[in-house]
Amino acid sequence: MTEPLLSVQHLGVEFDTDEGVVRAVDELSFTVAAGETLGIVGESGCGKSVTALAIMRLLPQPMGSIAGGSIRFQGEDLAKLPVARMEKIRGARIGMVFQEPMTALNPVKTVGKQLIESLLLHTDLKVEQAIRRAIEMLDHVGIPSPDIRMGEYPHQLSGGMRQRVVIAMALICRPSLLIADEPTTALDVTIQAQILELIKALQQEMGMAVILITHDLGVIAETSDNVAVMYAGRMAESGTVYDIFDDPRHPYTQGLLASIPRLDHASKTRLTTIEGMVPGLLDLPKGCRFENRCSRRQARCATHAPVIETIAEKHKVSCFNPATQPPHDAAINT
Amino acid sequence: MLRFAAGRLLQAIPVLLVVITATFLLVHSAPGGPFSAEKAVPAEVIKALEAQYQLDQPLWKQYVSYLGDIVNGNFGPSFKYPGRSVNELIAAGLPITAELGLYAMLIAVLIGISAGVFASLRPNTLQDYVPMSAAMLGICMPSFLLGPLLVLIFGIYLEWLPVSGWGDIPGDKILPSITLGAAYAAYIARLSRGQMLEVLSQDYIRTARAKGLPEPLIVVKHALRGGLIPVVAFLGPAFAGLLGGSFVVETIFQIPGLGRFYVQAAFNRDYTMILGMTIFFASLIILFNLLSDMLAIWLNPKLRHGSGAAKP
Ligand SMILES: Nc1ncnc2c1ncn2[C@@H]1O[C@H](COP(=O)(O)OP(=O)(O)O)[C@@H](O)[C@H]1O
Ligand SMILES: [Mg+2]
Repeated sequence: MTEPLLSVQHLGVEFDTDEGVVRAVDELSFTVAAGETLGIVGESGCGKSVTALAIMRLLPQPMGSIAGGSIRFQGEDLAKLPVARMEKIRGARIGMVFQEPMTALNPVKTVGKQLIESLLLHTDLKVEQAIRRAIEMLDHVGIPSPDIRMGEYPHQLSGGMRQRVVIAMALICRPSLLIADEPTTALDVTIQAQILELIKALQQEMGMAVILITHDLGVIAETSDNVAVMYAGRMAESGTVYDIFDDPRHPYTQGLLASIPRLDHASKTRLTTIEGMVPGLLDLPKGCRFENRCSRRQARCATHAPVIETIAEKHKVSCFNPATQPPHDAAINT
Repeated sequence: MLRFAAGRLLQAIPVLLVVITATFLLVHSAPGGPFSAEKAVPAEVIKALEAQYQLDQPLWKQYVSYLGDIVNGNFGPSFKYPGRSVNELIAAGLPITAELGLYAMLIAVLIGISAGVFASLRPNTLQDYVPMSAAMLGICMPSFLLGPLLVLIFGIYLEWLPVSGWGDIPGDKILPSITLGAAYAAYIARLSRGQMLEVLSQDYIRTARAKGLPEPLIVVKHALRGGLIPVVAFLGPAFAGLLGGSFVVETIFQIPGLGRFYVQAAFNRDYTMILGMTIFFASLIILFNLLSDMLAIWLNPKLRHGSGAAKP
């Protein structure tokens, strides 16, 4: 098998806070092959954004740092790359789209200036060529009259348009990996679908890999080849989209699936939610982090943390007592 | 933008009117007159002088005729320098004060911004603490203390620089300019540090980093402009402060600028001089506040294009 485009192994990320050192991501491993989409899903605060920022080496300074593990990307370990080398990769070979389109663009610079910036930085294009490429790119992401938009400021665009600009900016150098951190969470539902369609279309056309971060399993189902389910900084379960949706094993994954409203269920079906609280990163339990909310817990779950194990070709679960049957609702306290 | 400027200029008229009226009344209610002096002057001489300058008229008449003169840009004759008009005296002192103010402003802006930006790049480290402690000191140190202190160190003890004058000996402009500019440099340093920290924590700076921009380019191309808008808006008030400060500094260093005229005019009860200069200063301050506000607006596209309604 050829080496995957991105291979994150045993990644740890720590924050030095006033209350002490917090390990926001721990022992996280996953791979992304060229051209494919990995969906990372999990509740708010489980470490999705931190993982993305670690790959980009954009963890908030000075408190955030990579504490262990490796991030191999196209033959280099990003975790150990000098900053100057990393700057050559950011924007050129890895593009990133952030959650907040309203604040992701510089309010005092025109759309055009912000677009051509990375082209001038990473390619040999002259300004006029860069401008032409930027107009093409705006057209490509579905922005009408792109030549006029080039001279406009972000506040003159709607939220959906801004997110299109942000996507155009992330993709303008044709990176081989796009990291999209909740790219649609801040947008209207109708716009959300459009933006996801756009990312999918561009991905197919440009052949890039995508890491799509979301807390919405519905989005994952529509877009991803593989799925990583995170819980409290660790990987709970990962596998193909079929593994996760048709044969979920981790009680947490099952709980997540049970909590999405389904069209094929009778409308009377009660929406299930997982009860209990996510443990705080400052006082993590000794055993499994999901233990206090889990309906399948056993005695050892409180004392020992499970390690992630492969149960099928790509399917991995971190659980002492994984479910063997798919029925979604059975595993959960309701 | 033009409408904004026109509106502000219109607002300035009542402000100036209040300034003129208040100063006029204050000056005329102060005890003694311009011609009361230590040595006895014959009563008829004073009478003749008062008639010449219309001081024997009722107050409201003096006021009305003075307003009429001002509208024509004429501040009247000086009471203390016979044969010279207030306009002439202002014109004589203005270039010197303007030069002093310009140097002080340059020092304030250049040193203030560099120190502030420098400190903001590594917050809560030595690179931050050292310039910011110096700035705190600069803000707390009044110019009537700093001036003599600098003279003592660089003029008398080290003998590097002249202790007074303006344009007579090379280097005599350095100490007054520093004395006048220091507090504003300190203030601008703190202002730009705070604003830069604010801007550098914004999402769009992270976006710029995600593009692969090296840190120095991020500061110059993405942070500086947003970071300096409040500094630009502060230049107007800073200018007013510099004018006030120049009175003290010109007195300390015996510089024949407007400030010294003004202080002397107050001691001499030179009514027209005090009035004329007050009105002149007030107009300048209004003008510079307007200019710095306009510049700040121009730097901010959201304000420049009027209301920021998003297009669908
Ligand atoms: N700047 C920070 N300082 C300290 N802790 C942080 C910081 N950013 C994130 N964390 C920690 O990392 C955890 C994961 O955050 P994040 O990755 O943003 O969650 P999400 O999965 O919602 O994107 C948070 O719960 C928090 O404890
Ligand atoms: Mg997040």
